[in-house]
Amino acid sequence: MEILLFAGFATVAAVSGLLVVIQRQAVYSALYLVITMGALAGLYILLEGHFIWIIQIIVYAGAIMVLFLFVIMLLDLRREEVMWARRDRGQILLAAILSLVLLAQMVLALGRSYLPAAKAPAALAEGFGTTQTVGRLLFTDYLFPFEVTSVILLVAMVGAMVLAKKQFK
Amino acid sequence: MQVPLSAYLILSAYLFLVGVVGVATRRNALIIFMSIELMLNAVNLTFLAFARFLNSMDGQVIVFFVMVVAAAEVAVGLAIIIAIYRNRETVDVAELNLLKW
Amino acid sequence: MLETLVVIFVKIAVVMGALLLAVAYMTWLERKVIADLQVRIGPDRVGPFGLLQPIADGIKLILKEDLIPGHVDRVVYLLAPSLAIIPALIAFAVIPFGDTTTLFGLLGAPVPLRITDIDVGVLFVFGVSSLGVYGIVLAGWASNNKYSLLGGLRSSAQMISYELAMGLSVVGVILLAGSLSLVDIVRAQEGAAWLLGIIPIPNWFAFSQPLGLALFFTCALAETNRAPFDLPEAETELVAGFHTEYSSMKFAMFFMAEYAHMITASAMATTLFLGGWLGPVGPSPVWFLGKVFVLLFVFIWVRATLPRFRYDQLMQFGWKRLLPLGFLNLAYSALLVWWWG
Repeated sequence: MEILLFAGFATVAAVSGLLVVIQRQAVYSALYLVITMGALAGLYILLEGHFIWIIQIIVYAGAIMVLFLFVIMLLDLRREEVMWARRDRGQILLAAILSLVLLAQMVLALGRSYLPAAKAPAALAEGFGTTQTVGRLLFTDYLFPFEVTSVILLVAMVGAMVLAKKQFK
Repeated sequence: MQVPLSAYLILSAYLFLVGVVGVATRRNALIIFMSIELMLNAVNLTFLAFARFLNSMDGQVIVFFVMVVAAAEVAVGLAIIIAIYRNRETVDVAELNLLKW
Repeated sequence: MLETLVVIFVKIAVVMGALLLAVAYMTWLERKVIADLQVRIGPDRVGPFGLLQPIADGIKLILKEDLIPGHVDRVVYLLAPSLAIIPALIAFAVIPFGDTTTLFGLLGAPVPLRITDIDVGVLFVFGVSSLGVYGIVLAGWASNNKYSLLGGLRSSAQMISYELAMGLSVVGVILLAGSLSLVDIVRAQEGAAWLLGIIPIPNWFAFSQPLGLALFFTCALAETNRAPFDLPEAETELVAGFHTEYSSMKFAMFFMAEYAHMITASAMATTLFLGGWLGPVGPSPVWFLGKVFVLLFVFIWVRATLPRFRYDQLMQFGWKRLLPLGFLNLAYSALLVWWWG
């Protein structure tokens, strides 16, 4: 059962991930990215991420991608007329070949089962991945990074507002 | 039979490399940005897979922080793209060549 | 295994059917109640008390010419209405309608009256309603028409702004209940305190979190694009907003989505603040439906009473007034939890 679910979610994520980068229209890319994030949320459930999956939906699929769509629509981007321009062909070919080589290397390296974790996945602690566990860790071991992220968000908010403000001459 | 760790890692590597190809290949700044988000998601998947297989909650907490930082980065990055569009009327990265020799 | 699957499918069928019927009859309820408040009679020709009016409307909408304008982006244009209504329906997967039942002894084991219960129920409903923004934004964009686009963007900016205050208003409830699961939250509201020894006051969170309930309800009004926050779809502004270019069944779907959202928001408010299915005596689903009905009545009542906000007033209200109030509520709840141990 778990294998079926993994196969389903992984296929959807892989296919829509690929479709993100080869669309002419930016809106379609954004929509495919939303689908990818949804499929990844499903994979997170399989990985006992009982809190992380819904955070992925709320933050990534529900907020970040909406922001992307807003900007795409505000800038009114039409079909990209010239997707693979002549002078870029060499760079694109090089990028594709090197990526394929890297993918082959990674598949060979990661596919082997010499990783100790792969042989016998460790038994999970009680309450692994639940909200309570994540919350407790955030407020004890990871308190400082947690407070720093609030500062990061504040800085990002102020920065975005300043950058996107209309300049009145 | 459980899903092996390598399956998750290979999927994650594939998504990461699709993102890399997107960044290296496309000219539209927004699509490049989306490819970067795809890379971040692939890395999240790797962290969670290892967290599960090594019984370590640290992976999940790190994913939480990655999501927060990604949200902040998207906000600022999109604001920059809007500012660039206002100035140069384009989001084509090949046109942003003022610093080229 | 098969038996549980059958039970779940039956539950889903019943809930979805009831929901879609409820959405259709919300139109009737709204017209009747607003007519009453405006001292006139609503629809009363089609069937007794106009009860067959929604069916007549449905038939009319189905038989209307289904026009797809030539200049729209076909795929997204056809996708948007579904994207608007699906999240509102999915949210009902975790909302509990009642305690366990044995259907008057027909079933062997008692069956809980909810489709499922996950340990992050509250977050699930919020996540799913944040996905509801897509339908509106894409409808505005696909119509290839600047008024629709502006209407869509305004409407979705309004929705995401009020989502924040809505989330904050619920954090107090989560602190008091100690869990994100909707069933746990309802169970934490069991029992009653006795005022003066004779008057029972139920332990609902509406009494310990009045600000939370007020905030949640106000934000629900804004989230569902209902008056007084309905500028993006007002007929006199921006032509008709994001659904200008839609006709017949697709147009109907947007309205169904709005009513479904209203019902979801009322059901959430009932579960979180008004004690869900809890009631002193009698079958629990009756109590749940009664409370949801009261909240829907208040939705309609507010629409008939208050004038519309201007868009910038609306955004200011959400960011500068409701959000600080949400933080105040959070501080108050934290103090409450700390003081009562």
